[in-house]
Amino acid sequence: MAGAGGGGCPAGGNDFQWCFSQVKGAIDEDVAEADVISTVEFNYSGDLLATGDKGGRVVIFQREQENKSRPHSRGEYNVYSTFQSHEPEFDYLKSLEIEEKINKIRWLPQQNAAHFLLSTNDKTIKLWKISERDKRAEGYNLKDEDGRLRDPFRITALRVPILKPMDLMVEASPRRIFANAHTYHINSISVNSDHETYLSADDLRINLWHLEITDRSFNIVDIKPANMEELTEVITAAEFHPHQCNVFVYSSSKGTIRLCDMRSSALCDRHSKFFEEPEDPSSRSFFSEIISSISDVKFSHSGRYMMTRDYLSVKVWDLNMESRPVETHQVHEYLRSKLCSLYENDCIFDKFECCWNGSDSAIMTGSYNNFFRMFDRDTRRDVTLEASRESSKPRASLKPRKVCTGGKRKKDEISVDSLDFNKKILHTAWHPADNVIAVAATNNLYIFQDKIN
Amino acid sequence: MFARGLKRKCVGHEEDVEGALAGLKTVSSYSLQRQSLLDMSLVKLQLCHMLVEPNLCRSVLIANTVRQIQEEMTQDGTWRAVAPQAAGRAPLDRLVSTEILCRAAWEQEGAHPAPGLGNGHTQGPVSDLCPVTSAQAPRHPQSSVWEMDGPRENRGSFHKSLDQIFETLETKNPSCMEELFSDVDSPYYDLDTVLTGMMAAARPGPCEGLAGLAAATPGPSSSCKSDLGELDHVVEILVET
Repeated sequence: MAGAGGGGCPAGGNDFQWCFSQVKGAIDEDVAEADVISTVEFNYSGDLLATGDKGGRVVIFQREQENKSRPHSRGEYNVYSTFQSHEPEFDYLKSLEIEEKINKIRWLPQQNAAHFLLSTNDKTIKLWKISERDKRAEGYNLKDEDGRLRDPFRITALRVPILKPMDLMVEASPRRIFANAHTYHINSISVNSDHETYLSADDLRINLWHLEITDRSFNIVDIKPANMEELTEVITAAEFHPHQCNVFVYSSSKGTIRLCDMRSSALCDRHSKFFEEPEDPSSRSFFSEIISSISDVKFSHSGRYMMTRDYLSVKVWDLNMESRPVETHQVHEYLRSKLCSLYENDCIFDKFECCWNGSDSAIMTGSYNNFFRMFDRDTRRDVTLEASRESSKPRASLKPRKVCTGGKRKKDEISVDSLDFNKKILHTAWHPADNVIAVAATNNLYIFQDKIN
Repeated sequence: MFARGLKRKCVGHEEDVEGALAGLKTVSSYSLQRQSLLDMSLVKLQLCHMLVEPNLCRSVLIANTVRQIQEEMTQDGTWRAVAPQAAGRAPLDRLVSTEILCRAAWEQEGAHPAPGLGNGHTQGPVSDLCPVTSAQAPRHPQSSVWEMDGPRENRGSFHKSLDQIFETLETKNPSCMEELFSDVDSPYYDLDTVLTGMMAAARPGPCEGLAGLAAATPGPSSSCKSDLGELDHVVEILVET
């Protein structure tokens, strides 16, 4: 059942043995709000790992080449580039501040020596070019080595400047700024497989952009009702199909997913497919709708499946079957009896993301108490792991964690009431080919690797 | 918690009922929980209304929850709301509660801003804020938010309607609200007053709370003073959150 895409991963029959590799970020107990990581994304090769934070900064890590003297130690990720992507802005018309928090980063496929990524806050998307410079021209005629202009009268001879090596410098420069196209908060961006266009989605609309054109975008989905008092549903996430450049999906706060084909009409308000699982009447409560709201949708690498994350579960859908998901994995079902408290403290509105591994044989998502969950689709086994400083010894194996749901608490188990709901893992990423995962725990980025490889 | 005041009253009721069937007690505790959830949701909606940039998804989900509770309470017959006076405005076969919810004092006030409404009061933001509904009858533009006529003030549990919240979310301009209130003396419009007024209205049905508002015709200061105990609880919550 695993998809055909991706490569280099062991077939999903092996049990992963996850080990700590690295942790990035300050150890302080007092976390500055600006340092909270808000998005994590590997690039297409997995050599670069980008994080965005609430302070509008982007930090890119690069994987070091594997060291022959330490064959069992995979390449480590070290800082490659850091730059301020977005600044706080003030919307004078509405007297509101626009947060600089990076909501999403998406890499473009690499086409030359430089790397390109899209980063977005609530309102503006930017295309960044990250390029290396390791040579410098010396011997200019008109200026000195330190840049000062030479006096033309002093120039008695002409010379040809030569390139000399210099210390590697990584520069990030904004190449395009896509602004003023969203009235509501952008929640998703997705690069098309044609590598020329991308979509951006806010609460009520989805726009299609061409990467070269910043002063124009096409609105392809608009669910804003004529009368705002009739608003009952918003768009929560959107993504392009990995191979079919005319197909994209978007999820809603009512737990539905719509698949749209851009060939059918210019405005894709009418879906081609509509995915919704019928509600279980026995578990209906006042919180049913809230917990059904989909916080993330991701296509499998193969393009045959998609995965959705709602508050308590992860569902895998076959694109050919709209009536119900083919798999449902419970992330933290023990929270179902606590929904009222979670509503009170607003945790019920937390938006967890989810991700596939390279071969689509496993999926991962986050939970509370710095726990994250992995599900092996082939063996049907799942595991709960924790991203914590305590288990941060180099190459230390991660011990599976267990939450005690009732009755006697066994040793090493943690009871539901002891969970720290401030330690939430909302953002995780899986290397596109290898068993390397990046887990964002508030202001820290944990990198874990599989021991087998 | 603000619901404490509620519970105190209802406990009184419950004590009477305790002598009755156990089933009744379960029902009333469910009603209590449901009411508490409704109150909590209303506070969340109001608070997010005041935040700089409310999260639309969260607001929509909370509003839908409120609607659900309200629909269930209407079906139960526990939704005690007086039928609107100007019944001709909307068909009565619609949920009475929804109709009441979809009207709010200042919304209609804003629809017809009077010239005498004070200096900082520009036309633009006011008209932006108000949904243009032909069904709305003109109101007294000069009356303040907290001033309600006798027959009209039974607005169920909402001070601000859901649609109004979304309108405001769309424009996202809380400062517009302040301009709307600029005709009113500044002490009226502060967090305490808002929450007191809202809390008074949020009590289900019992005329006590609403009568308290009705008595506030000279100004909301009297309604402020009428519920200081509740106000303390409300402020407590705000400080905690």
